[in-house]
Amino acid sequence: MKARVTMELIDKQGGKRTREMTMLRRDDSEGGKQKYFIYFHEPGDVRGMTFMVWKDPVKEDDRWIFIPAVDLVRRIAADDKRSSFVGSDFTYEDVSGRDVASDTHTLLRKENLGDTNCYVVQSLPAETVDYTKRISWIDMKSFLPLKEEYYDAQNELFRVFTAVRIEEIAVGEGGRRKVFPTVTKRTMNNERTGHRTEVVFQSVSYNLGLSDEDFSERNMRRPPSSWIR
Amino acid sequence: MLRVLENIETQFNRYSLLLLLLTTAAAESAFALADKNLEIHGFFLGNFTGRTTGLRPAGKEQSDFLLAEERVRLDLAAWSESIEASLKIKTDFFNDAQAGEFGLDLREAYLDLTTGDFDFRLGRQIATWGVGDLLFINDVFPKDWVSFFSGRPLEYLKIGVDGVRASYSSRALNAVLLVVPFFEPDNLPELDRFFLFDPFGAVLSRPEEKPSTAFDNTELALRLYRKIKGIDISGYFYKGFWRIPGIKPDNFVAPVSLMTFYPELYVYGLSAQGGAFGGVLSFETGYYYSNADNHGNDPAILNSQGRFLLGYQKQLQEDLTLGVQYYFELMKDYSAYKNSFPPGFPLQKKYRDTFTLRLEQLLDHQTLKLSLFSFYGLADDEYLIQPQMSYKFSDDLSASLGANIFGGEKETTFLGQYNKNDNVYLSARFEF
Repeated sequence: MKARVTMELIDKQGGKRTREMTMLRRDDSEGGKQKYFIYFHEPGDVRGMTFMVWKDPVKEDDRWIFIPAVDLVRRIAADDKRSSFVGSDFTYEDVSGRDVASDTHTLLRKENLGDTNCYVVQSLPAETVDYTKRISWIDMKSFLPLKEEYYDAQNELFRVFTAVRIEEIAVGEGGRRKVFPTVTKRTMNNERTGHRTEVVFQSVSYNLGLSDEDFSERNMRRPPSSWIR
Repeated sequence: MLRVLENIETQFNRYSLLLLLLTTAAAESAFALADKNLEIHGFFLGNFTGRTTGLRPAGKEQSDFLLAEERVRLDLAAWSESIEASLKIKTDFFNDAQAGEFGLDLREAYLDLTTGDFDFRLGRQIATWGVGDLLFINDVFPKDWVSFFSGRPLEYLKIGVDGVRASYSSRALNAVLLVVPFFEPDNLPELDRFFLFDPFGAVLSRPEEKPSTAFDNTELALRLYRKIKGIDISGYFYKGFWRIPGIKPDNFVAPVSLMTFYPELYVYGLSAQGGAFGGVLSFETGYYYSNADNHGNDPAILNSQGRFLLGYQKQLQEDLTLGVQYYFELMKDYSAYKNSFPPGFPLQKKYRDTFTLRLEQLLDHQTLKLSLFSFYGLADDEYLIQPQMSYKFSDDLSASLGANIFGGEKETTFLGQYNKNDNVYLSARFEF
């Protein structure tokens, strides 16, 4: 997958900060392994920086960062998948997707959210993380989560995810045409602080033929222009 | 081959100057050019650093300020639509209020070309190798210690080299070769702005002899790297010169003139970095072979030495990172060094070791950063402590407040000599 991502961090008073990036992601067919690559276009202090993650469900992520001002590629310590992604209300795991096996899931009921038929699922994390319970409204047709509520140890709601816009992204033509329903606008609200983050995906494309080798130090230092322009 | 490279180099320099002039003109009409594969950005940066010891060095400036400057960075990027080629120019226009100078600092200016598995970079470029955090073994490229010790942003620690970089990438092995025909030394503190240990302080005549721009003197830096079992492994080789000068007095007892020169150096090294113990573990080593005096008999030339580094970095909790390093440097031919050294001059120890600590805390949605970096020289009993607080007022505007605190048992060691230069700095930056 490839997308141009705009992330707006909005504080309680309405003050806004914007991150613009290009994200490329490749999901391995087996084992839930994943590689992703993020190139920052804005703001100025991170312009040209790249960030690469090799995700492995059974061990810690490998993360690298490239800082163009000093031509430096370095591994960065990444113990915590639940930490904030570039200061936003989303976590690294929200960006890359949480492994299904990390929670125990129970179907609570079926219910409409707006006019969409949804499964309402309760997920309890197997290990201690920032939330103790998550309730998700999952579209019966696309299986995409439309809304998620995160509860803390006091069973108080503290984080709400909303899929604001879903688009069908088509790949291929004729008989080989496939459609990927994609959340192209999403928000995460922090109920405690009033801070929220809005994310818009543009120019989304799938099946780009990315290979494992594309997620390399070489492409961190010098991303191909077809990736970032 | 080298002649060809040099020709290209000369042509490129001419070309880059022309482009530099165009940049200035283009900045005015940036909007008109916005859709023509050209991007212009930059920043305004103000750096103000005051010495807090109340002492002023005896140099000609006689000032409490180590830095008082404004910089305007123009950052131009242009790229081709048809081939994988691009151009990057980063220039600082600066006003040094302290010295009353206005000038231009061409930070980087290079052309990038990619064909298949090969990447080329031609022109002035910054290069950083190795896995150390502000400790350098296989990063043999020039550094600006004046910037580092006086609180300029970290990127100014690195100085660009004028050369050609060729990289080859494949599944089995990646290689980078940097060919640098023009030698660039480190920028070290001098007596006009810094207190420092200089046994020849009274000698003002100091002719500098840089390696001539002969083909034989072309520096070569090679890095081979790949991943082995999830670990980033690199091997390094460097043929060039020490970037810290050797000093040769015309006579040791009553010198009238000091010649500074840059002896030949070869470096062979290795590094490894990977995830371990819930963090990142780094190892690096290098053997510095001082070719001009390989038995250590010449006191004006640094001896050969081995360097080792072990580092560990861990995220303690969300947005709080800890980094520790241990560095060890062992001098070869120590007895020859001791015997050849003129009496009355402070001897270096056979080994030097340093412990570093980095703590970094991000707060308030990563708009506020509190950081602490400190070096402790264990063998020489010396330190440098660098606390810093930086805040992003918006996406455009940020400011940093920090300090450099030096000290040591003796004022003749690497960090101890800067004891009287403790300073506090404030820098503000506006991006456009």
